[in-house]
Amino acid sequence: MQSYVQIENAGMVFSTKKGRFTALTDINLHVDQGEFIALIGHSGCGKSTLLNLVAGLLDATDGVLLLANKEIKGPGPERSVVFQNHSLLPWLTAFENVYLAVEKVFGGNESKAQLKARTSAALDLVGLTHAANKLPGEISGGMKQRVGIARALAMEPKVLLMDEPFGALDALTRAHLQDELMKIVAATKSTVIMVTHDVDEAVLLSDRIVMMTNGPAATIGEILTVDLARPRDRLALAHDPHYHELRSQVLEFLYSRQMRPKEAA
Amino acid sequence: MSAVNATSEQLDDILSGPDIVQVPSAAPRRRTPYFETASGKRLIEGAASLVKNAIPPLLGMLLFVALWALVANSGKSIPGPAETWDAAVALFSDPFYDNGPNDQGIGWNILNSLYRVGIGFGLAAAVGIPLGFMIGRFDFLNRMLSPIISILRPVSPLAWLPIGLLVLQKAEPASIWVIFISSIWPMVLNTAAGVQRIPQDYLNVARVLNLSEFKVFTKILFPAVLPYVLTGVRLAIGVAWLVIVAAEMLTGGVGIGFWVWDEWNNLNVAHIIIAIFVVGIVGLLLEQALMLIAKRFSYD
Repeated sequence: MQSYVQIENAGMVFSTKKGRFTALTDINLHVDQGEFIALIGHSGCGKSTLLNLVAGLLDATDGVLLLANKEIKGPGPERSVVFQNHSLLPWLTAFENVYLAVEKVFGGNESKAQLKARTSAALDLVGLTHAANKLPGEISGGMKQRVGIARALAMEPKVLLMDEPFGALDALTRAHLQDELMKIVAATKSTVIMVTHDVDEAVLLSDRIVMMTNGPAATIGEILTVDLARPRDRLALAHDPHYHELRSQVLEFLYSRQMRPKEAA
Repeated sequence: MSAVNATSEQLDDILSGPDIVQVPSAAPRRRTPYFETASGKRLIEGAASLVKNAIPPLLGMLLFVALWALVANSGKSIPGPAETWDAAVALFSDPFYDNGPNDQGIGWNILNSLYRVGIGFGLAAAVGIPLGFMIGRFDFLNRMLSPIISILRPVSPLAWLPIGLLVLQKAEPASIWVIFISSIWPMVLNTAAGVQRIPQDYLNVARVLNLSEFKVFTKILFPAVLPYVLTGVRLAIGVAWLVIVAAEMLTGGVGIGFWVWDEWNNLNVAHIIIAIFVVGIVGLLLEQALMLIAKRFSYD
């Protein structure tokens, strides 16, 4: 089967004041349509950099990235991003924030009413119809992140990119949003690449976990296939020995083989 | 008939029946005094907090007036508060008389000064805010202009007056020029700082959405920078109002600054003190009005 997202020998070198810094090297990854990929690794391992390469916010200095056989050049709405800190525009309401994205993607060939219907549908999908006319400053962190997800989904992207989307949320809200995300992804059959540092989140949500080695010059250390049946239930999995086995494999990679390098004393 | 089912009519019948003895009712319940009811208590609390908030500023004003009276009493040159008040009442009872260019009401003087400030400041905003946007957006321009701005900004506003008189040949545009050149810097610098401090997140959103330059400006740049612009505008109008008095003293014409100079020549010190208050109060009002506008556009 032809891969949907293809990353071939990608590398990223930043030119900094202190000289050249190799963040990523020799990244090879193929993602199928409808697959949910988690990128995990210690902080500074370049997982966000890799996501930004796919998003087009950064240009790879080596190798190629392809989406549906077309080279990724610069950012575009077919690869929508859910940012870690929601990045909603504080002067627009939840509805207007989503509408801005919908208008950009579909404004060319749909009427205003259709665009508004799309926006409402996206907010409804994340359960925020009641907060549509609130400004980001008036809603909770979890709700803001849901608006961010609605904005990304409303664009009907080919790939949904998520950069630690739940990192800033408390544990209960995070669990709730993870469950919602699983439902939404199942319903929309989205292709997702998600950066996370949460092992449980990675095992619970993804089809494959891409584990990255420590930087500098980080690369993919190992890819773990999560062959747990869907739909997945957080409570049932808590007693599933296979779940625990997968979880400990990730932990073993992160804390034994890729022990976080000791900070220079 | 069961009493439980009794209608009110039947109840009245029973109560007025012969076997019902009227017992004198207990002493009428004492009406709660107004100040013990909920609304009464709220009134007291409100009044108390009003008094509490009003006491410090009132005390400050009182001390100030007392000090003033003391100084006025010790020498004979400065008129006391009462004398000044009488003069102010006389002055403000007819603010808009017009006896030729050198003798006009205080109202005309204030309006003339405000007009000059408005023109000079408006021109400064029209030039300074777009310039600030460009300096913030293009690093090259920033590095090109920042040495010039650094040199010109600390120059005393009145040092620009001779240049204005020389180039513009007339007193009126020269004083407007002074307002312009002294109030432009806060707007340029604050706008530029605002543009430079737009969170990268917002710009990333714009990039992912592929927004057009127009949309980026109207939906992201402009609203993000607006609070900074308004801070610049607020500082600038303060400077402009500060400078107008001095500029008018030198250029003459109708205006609060020249009026002060005129009254000094007439040795009418009470009027000078009134002018000081007028300048202070008008400046305060201008600043407060802009603060109100700025509050409307703050999203934090």
